[in-house]
Amino acid sequence: MSADRSTRLSLLVFGALVLLAGCATPPSADDPEEVAEFQQTNDPLEPTNRVFYKVNDALDTAILKPVAQGYRYAVPQPVRTGVHNVLANLGSPVLLTADVLQGKPRRAGDVTMRFLINSTIGVAGIFDVADSWGYPAHDNDSGVTLANRGVPSGPFLFLPILGPSNPRDAVGFGVDIAADPGTWVGSGVAVQAAGWSKTGANAVDQRERVLDPLDQIKKTALDPYATIRSLYRQHREAQIQTIRDDNAGTTPVWFRQHPVTPAPAIPASDVPGVPHIVDTGTLNQGK
Amino acid sequence: MQMSRNLNRRLLLTLAGGSFAFAAFCRPCAVLAQPAPAMATAFVKSTGDRMVAIINAAGTTAEKQPRLAQIIETSVDVDAVAKFCLGRFWRTATADQQTQYTKLFHNVLVNNITGKLGEYQGVTFMVQQAQTREDHAIVGTTIQRPSNPPSKVDWVVSGESGTPRIIDVIAEGTSLRLTQRSDYAAFLSRNGNNVQALIDAMRQQLASNG
Repeated sequence: MSADRSTRLSLLVFGALVLLAGCATPPSADDPEEVAEFQQTNDPLEPTNRVFYKVNDALDTAILKPVAQGYRYAVPQPVRTGVHNVLANLGSPVLLTADVLQGKPRRAGDVTMRFLINSTIGVAGIFDVADSWGYPAHDNDSGVTLANRGVPSGPFLFLPILGPSNPRDAVGFGVDIAADPGTWVGSGVAVQAAGWSKTGANAVDQRERVLDPLDQIKKTALDPYATIRSLYRQHREAQIQTIRDDNAGTTPVWFRQHPVTPAPAIPASDVPGVPHIVDTGTLNQGK
Repeated sequence: MQMSRNLNRRLLLTLAGGSFAFAAFCRPCAVLAQPAPAMATAFVKSTGDRMVAIINAAGTTAEKQPRLAQIIETSVDVDAVAKFCLGRFWRTATADQQTQYTKLFHNVLVNNITGKLGEYQGVTFMVQQAQTREDHAIVGTTIQRPSNPPSKVDWVVSGESGTPRIIDVIAEGTSLRLTQRSDYAAFLSRNGNNVQALIDAMRQQLASNG
C-alpha cells in the first residue's frame, strides 16, 4: 500500500476515534418541532464536527486555498482542464468498480471506452476525446454503491482533511482506496512520490474548482458550517438518485439501429389558454 | 438581434396570454395553485432570457444590479420564500420582526444572486418541459457557462398569487430555500432562538457585503 493511502486511512481511523468524544445535546421532548428539526439535521456529533470544521477551515485558509489561487493565477484554463482530465482518467478503475457493482452496464461501458480512448488518443488522458465520441463523463463511487444497496447514510460527519461526509460515505471512501490499483502497485521512493503527487494534485484541482462557490458560501451564510452540511447532504442525495435512475442500456448512440425516439411533443391541451386548465379547475371545484 | 427581439415579444405575448387565461379560469378556485406546465415553461424561459440579456450586456456590475433586482422582485415570490426560510420561527416572531426580516430578506436575496454575476458572463441556457407537482410546477433548465461543465438547474414555479412566481431554485440537487432555511435555523439555535439576533446579523451582513 502506498504511503499516502495508508496515511489517509490512519487519519480516517483517528477521526472516527475522536468523533466519539463530543455529542450534541438533544432538545427537550416538550417541543415536537424542535425535536423534529434535531432529527432532520441528524448531526448528533455537531460539537466535534464543528471543531474539525474550524481546523480544516484554518488549514484551508493557510495552505490549500492560497495554493489553489496560485494555481489558477499561474496556469491557464486549458492546461488546468488537461490536468483535471489526467486525474479523472486515473480514477477510471475506481469508477468502473462502482459502475459494475451497481449493475450499470452503460456506465461501465462508457468509463471503459473513455479510459481506452483517452489514455491513447487523448495522450495519457490530457484530452477528453471520448466525450465528443459519445462516451460522456459521469461520476460514481463506493458510497453510492452502498447507498444503492440500502445502507443508510448515518449521521453527518465532518472529517479532518476530507471534509463533509457520513459513516456510509467514509466507508465508501476506504473501499475506493482499496479498489484503486495505484494503492497496490509497487513500492519504493518513486512510487511513493507519484502517489503523493497525485493526491496533492487532486486536492489542488478540486479546491481550484470550488474557489468561487466556497467564497460565496462564506460571504453569504450566517453559519457556513450548517450551510455546507445542508449542501453536502442535498447534493449527495440528488447524485445517488440520479445514478439509481440511470438504467440506460449498453448500446452507445452511434450504434443504434433505430432512430432515437424523439421527445414527446407538448400536448395541445397543455398550451396556455386552452380547455385543459378549465378541466382541472372544474374538477377541483367539484370537490 | 431583431429575431431575438421578436422571439422575446412572442414569449411575452404567450406569457401574457397564459397569465390572462390562468387568471380568468382559475381565480375562483383558490385550490388550484399549480400553474399549467406550458405556462410555467414559458415564464421561466422569458424570465431567464431577460436575465441573461442583462448579464451578457456591456456595462459594469453596478449598472446591472438594479435591473436584475427588478426582475427578481417581479418574478420571485420573495415574501413566500422569506416566510419559508424562517420556518417555525415565523410564528414566534413579532409582527414588527416579521416586517423587518422580510424587508432584509429581499435585499439578502438580491445581493446573493447579483453577487454571482461575474461568474455567469457568457451564460446560455436551455429550458425543458415543466413537470407538475401537487401545488407547483418544476421547470428544468441546463445552464452552460464558458469553460464549465453544463449544470442542471430546476425552477419551482407556483401560481398561488394568481400569476406564476418562482418559489425555489434547485441547482444540481441543492434547493436554495432549504439551504437558506437550514442556515437560519442553525444560526438561531446557536443564538438562543432569538429572531432579533438573526435580524441584526442579516443587517450586519448586508452592511459588510453590500
